[in-house]
Amino acid sequence: MAEVMSTERNILFGLYDDEVKLLDAVKAANAAHLNIDEVYTPFPVHGLDPLLGLEESRLHIAGFIFGTIGCLFGFGFMTWVFTRDWPIIFGGKPYWSVPAFIPITFELTVLFAAVGMVLVFYIICGLGPGAEPRRLHDRITDDKFCIAFDATDLASGAVDDLKGYFSKTGAESVHSKMVPA
Amino acid sequence: MSGHVAPVRKPLITGRKTYHQITEDICRPTETAPSLSWVITFILSVMCLGMFAFSVAWTVWVGIGSWNLNRTINWGWDITNFVWWVGIGHAGTLISAILLLFRQKWRTGVNRAAEAMTIFAVICAGQFPLIHMGRLWLAIFIFPYPNTRGPLWVNFNSPLLWDVFAISTYFTVSLLFWYAGLVPDLATVRDRAKGLRKKIYSIVSFGWNGSAKHWQRWESLSLILAGLATPLVLSVHTIVSFDFATSVIPGWHTTIFPPYFVAGAIFSGFAMVLTLMLIARKVLKLEDYITLEHVESMNKVILLTGSIVGVAYLTELFIAWYSGYIYEQFAFLNRVLGPYYWSYIGMMLCNVLSPQIFWSKKIRRSLFWTFFMSIFINIGMWFERFVIIATTLARDYLPSSWSYYVPSWVEICIFIGTLGLFFTLFLIFTRVAPVVAIAEIKSILKTAGDQYIGDEAVGHGHHVPAAANDLAAGSTVDIDNNENEIK
Repeated sequence: MAEVMSTERNILFGLYDDEVKLLDAVKAANAAHLNIDEVYTPFPVHGLDPLLGLEESRLHIAGFIFGTIGCLFGFGFMTWVFTRDWPIIFGGKPYWSVPAFIPITFELTVLFAAVGMVLVFYIICGLGPGAEPRRLHDRITDDKFCIAFDATDLASGAVDDLKGYFSKTGAESVHSKMVPA
Repeated sequence: MSGHVAPVRKPLITGRKTYHQITEDICRPTETAPSLSWVITFILSVMCLGMFAFSVAWTVWVGIGSWNLNRTINWGWDITNFVWWVGIGHAGTLISAILLLFRQKWRTGVNRAAEAMTIFAVICAGQFPLIHMGRLWLAIFIFPYPNTRGPLWVNFNSPLLWDVFAISTYFTVSLLFWYAGLVPDLATVRDRAKGLRKKIYSIVSFGWNGSAKHWQRWESLSLILAGLATPLVLSVHTIVSFDFATSVIPGWHTTIFPPYFVAGAIFSGFAMVLTLMLIARKVLKLEDYITLEHVESMNKVILLTGSIVGVAYLTELFIAWYSGYIYEQFAFLNRVLGPYYWSYIGMMLCNVLSPQIFWSKKIRRSLFWTFFMSIFINIGMWFERFVIIATTLARDYLPSSWSYYVPSWVEICIFIGTLGLFFTLFLIFTRVAPVVAIAEIKSILKTAGDQYIGDEAVGHGHHVPAAANDLAAGSTVDIDNNENEIK
């Protein structure tokens, strides 16, 4: 019984029709020490991240690392080609003509940083062609703001408390759905 | 969301929209059968695209000699078209990146279409250097890869190679930026679709579900990509201008080229955005999202960049005279009064004089004049590139080499063909993806919607939840029909 339960989670969620109601509801949940599983919104709602205790994204660090790699790779490669592998004099300039390497070094810095960061973004979010993350309701990408609780292991009394919380905070509708863990 | 909105700000979303209506309005073109005007335009575009395929095949089969280039004028319409298309491809990233950093809310109405336009324009631009090689199948030689010829590497000191890196990086980064913004909106389309459409949109929307953490990362990604794309967009046309500026040809060898090219690129790019958006807002019924406020803002940018370009033209003339260098002086005298005087007149008229009418607020807000000017500027900017390239080459150091150039039918067909390629891609885009960034429009609704700000606002102040509820109740919200509804 317990093993069957672990492959599926029972998600109890309420839908709100306005982001102000959503923010108030999240505040109320925090005050009541309710353990919010996830919040889904149709667009980024400002002020939500601190209420949910989400740490600032560290994507920029990934961008910096990839950019540094691109910069060093571009400059290093051109240096290697023109000083070691196949030195050629162009227009009487030195083999290692640093100013002429700047444009390509810059472009490769941007290219590596952007491509690397976008890949990291899709990988850590688990997004990609064919990815099937949890989707609770079709209106979440339209105009509904969703607060979801994991009700799998909750007693029926606790579930009723959550339903009471939803109606008190002005949720438009309350649903429950079995989703893969 | 709340936040201070200056009283001078006018609404950017009209028609008292709710979130759901925004979704309906913007998704509609992807869900209904195409209109007759779309079908006719599409057929015309595909015919032009066919002409492109034919004339490129002709060029490859007969050889580059089918063009009217000669030993003196070895860059003609091909490179003119290349620079013209790259310039047009600058507006999208400017709107989405630089205006994002400046927190300009009006970008949300036009950024999606402008970015798409950027990508398609760069695709068109990329055709010309490739075709100009004559042997298309050797195009791979422009990339430094380990090869069996030594390995013999490309010349990293050459501006033409910098161009290869700049344009391919620009294309890649623009594509990633555009698609990252498109993913949440494709998910919106997916959640409204049924059957095969749902399957297709499930794949292309990458399984987006709108979770708070994903949105947070998505915003962070957009901001950093904007930060990266801002210097990138400025670098691309700078490097294109190096193709000329680093040469030793009088008329090209000028340090003013990078800023002058960048201003010209923004100028022509905005003109093309306006051409497309004025048609799109009408045909796709998006007048509530691409308003006169958007048009006026873009016309202000056009006025600014057009004037910068004008100053650059005059500075060039002044510096040529002031330099005391006879070859430079002759190059510019020849530009104004030489055999191609008509293209110089066209350039001055279209790019410098006529945009000055936008000092009038009435004209800035007139759709007729805006459309007229957008076409005019596109023509003018084409003339500018032609003036720089062909006029300069036509008068060589040796008078015995002086020459005149008119394009052959092949060159004309290739140019018209790229217009076909561009419009074919853009028309397909309007059918398969939301033309306006749905999520971004929703996020500015409460600070830019006409029920919250401006003269028509309900109540006073910018934050009126009660009014929003009334509107929501009156809309067609029908939550019970959803298949996820439970037992």
